[in-house]
Amino acid sequence: MALLSEKVRQEVENILKGLKDGLKLVVFTQEFECPTCEDNRILMEELSAISDKVSLEVLDFVSDKEKAEYYKVDKIPAMVVEGKKDYGIRFYGIPGGYEFASLIHAMMMVSSKSSTLSTETKEQLKTLTKPVHIQVFVTPTCPYCPMAFQMAHEMALESPLITSDMIEATEFPHLNLKYNVFVVPKVIINEAIEFAGALPAAEFLKHVMKAER
Amino acid sequence: MEFILPAELKEVPVEEAKLYDLIIIGAGPAGMTAAVYAARKKLATLVISKNVGGQTLLAPGVETYMGYQYITGAELMRKFEEQVRQFPIALLIGEGVTKLSMKDNVFTVLTSHGKNFKSKTVIIASGRRARSLNVLREKELIGRGVSYCATCDAPLFGGMDVAVIGSGNPALTAVNELITYARKIYNIVQVSVKADPILIEKAERSGKVEFLSGYEVKEIQGEDKVERIVIKQTKGDKEVVLDVGGVFVEIGATPNVEFAKDVVPLNELNEIVVDCDCKTDVAGLFAAGDVTNVPEKQIIVAAGEGAKAALSAYHYLIES
Repeated sequence: MALLSEKVRQEVENILKGLKDGLKLVVFTQEFECPTCEDNRILMEELSAISDKVSLEVLDFVSDKEKAEYYKVDKIPAMVVEGKKDYGIRFYGIPGGYEFASLIHAMMMVSSKSSTLSTETKEQLKTLTKPVHIQVFVTPTCPYCPMAFQMAHEMALESPLITSDMIEATEFPHLNLKYNVFVVPKVIINEAIEFAGALPAAEFLKHVMKAER
Repeated sequence: MEFILPAELKEVPVEEAKLYDLIIIGAGPAGMTAAVYAARKKLATLVISKNVGGQTLLAPGVETYMGYQYITGAELMRKFEEQVRQFPIALLIGEGVTKLSMKDNVFTVLTSHGKNFKSKTVIIASGRRARSLNVLREKELIGRGVSYCATCDAPLFGGMDVAVIGSGNPALTAVNELITYARKIYNIVQVSVKADPILIEKAERSGKVEFLSGYEVKEIQGEDKVERIVIKQTKGDKEVVLDVGGVFVEIGATPNVEFAKDVVPLNELNEIVVDCDCKTDVAGLFAAGDVTNVPEKQIIVAAGEGAKAALSAYHYLIES
């Protein structure tokens, strides 16, 4: 049975008609798939079947180790939303609930190569000189979470130095323990800077710029 | 598994230079219903809100909105949004309101992004936000075990012992959400549980819930994260220490009125005082939903009040 209902599939089809350039969903799973790895792969197969502009590459986390290293993917289920190039936009865990809208948002953004960030924010991001790794922990039932990781993904699109991971917290309990994730959205930047909540762009940016220090 | 998409966008430009007939602050059940009624009266309407759905987004299941035997809060709000987007209503979503002022019968609304909008009438439907306990270590441990959103955070407390503070429907809803994940749930209640019997029965049936009535939280303890809470009898001196990793605070909500304090009278609970037509003491200024003194904070009540507020604003505009 399809994961996407016919109603949602049609809505996605309408949205994806607005895709500008082609994009690729690079999915990482493994031979003996975990339940969410399988759902994630099936969901991406269904999505890529909706539009000619969306291609799909399914990789094995173990046997395609080189590709995993190339994309710096260190856990599964994982997915890279790649446009003309890899903008550093990652989804770890199946993007269900509110995260699904954010996946569609990321696809549209990568395809058009344009974000909604203000000119000031884009200019600030251009001054970055060091790599920035943003991890945003979310749950599918959290209505505030997409605001946080859409912001992170938009920043990744604008800056070649930023990599942005959406992490579905319930699927990676060891990371919740490591980073003390007891609230979502929770953002970890370069392992050292952290904050909780969906902050406005200017506030989010301040934390990102701290990575320069 | 649910896959949630936002309602399809029908872009209506948001114009700072324009004098709107009506600005609606908030896009929960009251604000969105008001928007639909205003649009049907062809009022030039702008809705400003941080998000679409407000507190209802956090309701895991709604069984009291007529026409739906069961619907998630998110899905219900999406249906509201779809209905709003059928009409030419300008929506400014993602920005809060920081100041409301009035001069020469024209209202000015300042947003968190520094934009100014002007209107002949305003409906405040800005809802409420969770109240805090105001006890030791609560602030420091927010996001480290202290949570105000069980819908968002419950899945992070798998296998843990947690406490839910509060006695009403939101508290018992949080308890029931946690049943799926937590090992044990203490429900700390000042006097007695006031939630709907159907919610209490579900909690009792789980065998995971211990109700501790007649207690209040004295302090939360823990260095980097919540480790325990100390509760104290409300009518006595007995103290009990509970080893918990999570504290879910569900003791009611406080109205979002800071931006309007200088303009409109509030009651002792900080609620905007309205009459049965949703009029405030200020001509042209209306309010609806949980931000007002109307009793019973329910989705269906807020939606009805939103309709009334929009119709009152319309009558005000054609009569003035």
